[in-house]
Amino acid sequence: MDAVVLQALNGLDKGGAYALIALGLTLIFGTLGVVNFAHGALFMLGAFCAVTMQKLLTLSQKVEDTSVTFFKAYKEVPYLEIWFGDTGAALIDFAVPLAIVLTIPVMLVVGLVMERGLIQYFYKRSHAEQILVTFGLAIVIQEIIKSAFGANPIPTPAPEAVAGSADIGAWLGVGQGLIYPYWRLIYLAFSLAIIAAVFAFLRFTTFGMVVRAGMQDRETVGLLGIDVQRRFTIVFGIAAVVAGLAGMMYTPILPPDYHMGMDFLVLSFVVVVVGGMGSLEGAVLAGFLLGILQSFASMNEVKAIIPGIDQIIVYLVAVVVLQVRPRGLFGRRGVMEG
Amino acid sequence: MSTATIGSPSDRSARSPTIAGSASNRADHVKFLIFAAAVLTMPIWLSPVGAAYPDLVQKFAIYGIFAIGFNILFGLTGYLSFGHAAFLGVGSYAAVWSFKLLTMNIVPAMLFGVLAGGVFALLIGYVSLRRSGIYFSILTLAFAQMSYNLAYSVLTPITNGETGLQLAHGDPRVLDGPAGAGLPSTNLFGVETVGYSGFYVCAVALILAYYLALRITRSPFGMTLRAIKSNQNRMNYTGFNTRPYTLAAFVISGMYAGLAGSLMAVVDPLAGAERMQWTASGEVVLMTILGGSGTLLGPVLGAGIIKYFENIFSAFNDQVLSRMFDFLPAGLGDLMVDLVQPFVGDGWHLTLGVLFMLIVIFLPGGVMEGVSRVAGRLRRVRSDRTG
Amino acid sequence: MAILDVRDVCKDFGGLRALNRVNLTIREGAVHAIIGPNGAGKSTLLNCFVGRLTPDTGTVTFNGKSLLGIRPHEINQAGVARVFQTPEIFADLSLVENVTIPALAKRDGGFRMDLWSRVDTHADVRDHAEAVLEDVGLADKRHAHAGSLSRGDKRRLELAMCLVQDPKLLLLDEPTAGMSRADTNATIDLLQRIGERGITKIVIEHDMTVVFTLAHTISVMAQGTMIAEGTPEEIKSNPKVQEAYLGGAHP
Repeated sequence: MDAVVLQALNGLDKGGAYALIALGLTLIFGTLGVVNFAHGALFMLGAFCAVTMQKLLTLSQKVEDTSVTFFKAYKEVPYLEIWFGDTGAALIDFAVPLAIVLTIPVMLVVGLVMERGLIQYFYKRSHAEQILVTFGLAIVIQEIIKSAFGANPIPTPAPEAVAGSADIGAWLGVGQGLIYPYWRLIYLAFSLAIIAAVFAFLRFTTFGMVVRAGMQDRETVGLLGIDVQRRFTIVFGIAAVVAGLAGMMYTPILPPDYHMGMDFLVLSFVVVVVGGMGSLEGAVLAGFLLGILQSFASMNEVKAIIPGIDQIIVYLVAVVVLQVRPRGLFGRRGVMEG
Repeated sequence: MSTATIGSPSDRSARSPTIAGSASNRADHVKFLIFAAAVLTMPIWLSPVGAAYPDLVQKFAIYGIFAIGFNILFGLTGYLSFGHAAFLGVGSYAAVWSFKLLTMNIVPAMLFGVLAGGVFALLIGYVSLRRSGIYFSILTLAFAQMSYNLAYSVLTPITNGETGLQLAHGDPRVLDGPAGAGLPSTNLFGVETVGYSGFYVCAVALILAYYLALRITRSPFGMTLRAIKSNQNRMNYTGFNTRPYTLAAFVISGMYAGLAGSLMAVVDPLAGAERMQWTASGEVVLMTILGGSGTLLGPVLGAGIIKYFENIFSAFNDQVLSRMFDFLPAGLGDLMVDLVQPFVGDGWHLTLGVLFMLIVIFLPGGVMEGVSRVAGRLRRVRSDRTG
Repeated sequence: MAILDVRDVCKDFGGLRALNRVNLTIREGAVHAIIGPNGAGKSTLLNCFVGRLTPDTGTVTFNGKSLLGIRPHEINQAGVARVFQTPEIFADLSLVENVTIPALAKRDGGFRMDLWSRVDTHADVRDHAEAVLEDVGLADKRHAHAGSLSRGDKRRLELAMCLVQDPKLLLLDEPTAGMSRADTNATIDLLQRIGERGITKIVIEHDMTVVFTLAHTISVMAQGTMIAEGTPEEIKSNPKVQEAYLGGAHP
């Protein structure tokens, strides 16, 4: 029982990441009609915003190490600690959540530049060409990050205060031994909050209403004299920010490296296909569903019965769903078909 | 350089790459003979550009086969597969197993490679082809990633995981009889297929692969595929059951990939999962569109260009670069080294990504389209002068 | 004798009744027009004949065989060809190829794996294709790209692609939509000429000149129901029709 709850929880944070990426992919499909193979790279960029923040905060000065007495030794001490003492140390400790002040503007700019500079020229071209050009862009982004940060995963720990684990068993009253890292709970709450924010934005603002109407029928909205194009550009920026935040917060769970984006992208595309192309609700639900399934499949008990199931469960589900419901769980007729 | 040399016999077909069915039988055969001669003499005419050594010309031929096969799917039917590297990898594994269990003779190895590629493509194609457009691309990508993951984990007994599958002293090789000391090398009925003889095996395979692709393109089957690319809706109401056609194209291109994979094992008998990675799938897409998808010669050109520049660019390091920019004033030279350095050596993939984008943005028809554009302009200039 | 028999066909789209107990009988050799205001259900009905839609209830029988649950290519192989509202042709291929392909489908069936012979060695198919192109007046453009044709020529090409299959039943969905007067007249001429071959035709059309020139029988639909059927003269004088349809168009 404990193990089942634990696995479900384990799946939820990964599912949260899938859901956030899939949400952005779906927004971009629905509004711009573009298949963005560089979306995983945006997730990865967000993760490296956290890395950059950590590096910025720990910019150091060489000072003499007084603890070593028998020869002259130096150690690196971050400026922040020199200037602000313990406050500075605490700031460094909170590098990942603080990176939000870096991630949002950076990702927004990246998103807007990408849409204005490249994507807008591909609205009228075939899906194959959209896939190819964004695929090329993904390689370029990835390689730039690789040459800047190296090829190895970079550890970016969560703040000390939440580095431990929560005794969920006690909270839920199901007994001892069910412990779960705080940061994963935070990630889950964070992704739910972002999802709620995006849905609220689309539902309750005029801007969001126009965007939703545009997803249904672009031409009609255009005929109403509303500048759909400009709004869609902003949607692209929002999708980039969402992907970036998802990546930034994921860094304590998985130390980022330059090719993490592609791994997440492939799975997020499967999520979109399972959820139903063009359905925002489908993207979110399928994200969590597949995250949980993947987590259950990696239990030793399950792997003992079907070896390797953890590696392929997501794809198997996609295959079954496409056979039974070709448009995905929540897919609408006529979206991205042909 | 290499472009221009291989490109010259292609000018005629480049004029109307889309009406591939319209060239005459005789013209096709002349072009084919020129192609065959050009492939077989690669070691001679590539030496001025420093590309005439066995490893590299072998690569040209092998990736040429891979790209020709990919083009039978993408160029003719328009279905963009992002998982073709899976078939390449499967072909390699099958060939190495043939070397380990049966014989070092390459003929069974190649047959098994083709067969494995075909069977694997049948399985993946049957499911993926239920959808078209981006769904199809995503499904093939997902299957390839799945194969890659499996090759590294559960299938380790077959793939030997991260180490890769290699020959070993204890291999049974039941058809070869007792082995001498050291690992045996691959052979074609006794003739060793390493170095240039390995290249000639690949070259003959490439020529046959090209000829088959030529026949397919000109056949009713090929015309049907091009019609599916052009308008699938019309095809359904024209009495064609399009699914078996696309599946057949998918399987054929899988078999080409399997052949290419087995040839990799022929020239170097080992197989690793990294051959199945999505970057490898992306590379063959790039080769095909760089050369010109839908044309016969384009994919071979694209494969040659990419492998040639990969070879050159990867060889650069800081020392070579600083020697290259020696003639500039010190500060400027260092600047140039800093500017160029991210794009070469390990950074070759960055160059590849940039190239990818530039081609898709500016020349979606690839080199073949570029050639026909230039040729068309020249012809217009000439007729303006005379007229 | 009836070649196509439609009985009690109903089709709902999410609670909206697009077809309501439609009955229709098409005689062999007839030119049968279906007219009606926009949204009357004409195209929906046509889609039920070619396998794009399956009716919720009722039967569609062609030559004594039910068409329900049969895939589009099988229906075509049974002898039903279709012209679309916007011409559906192979824009990247030459005209000859455009017509050769349906001819191959007719000769070889839904799937045949011939990847070795050259297309131009299939003289029977090629000659037939060229002859039909000649028929519709496109012979001189036979090596052009189909995508480069004018709209009227594309329509003629699409007709040729249907005719080359010698269909038993030809469905024409607004064959003159969006055409100039001259193109419309040329199309009427062409349809009259091929009328002499005795191919049964169902025409959906808004242009009354076309309808009254071509059709032997006219059915009138409104809001998913058949409201009248008769010869052109009968339809012209039918008060129900005038009220539902012609009243608006010809006051």
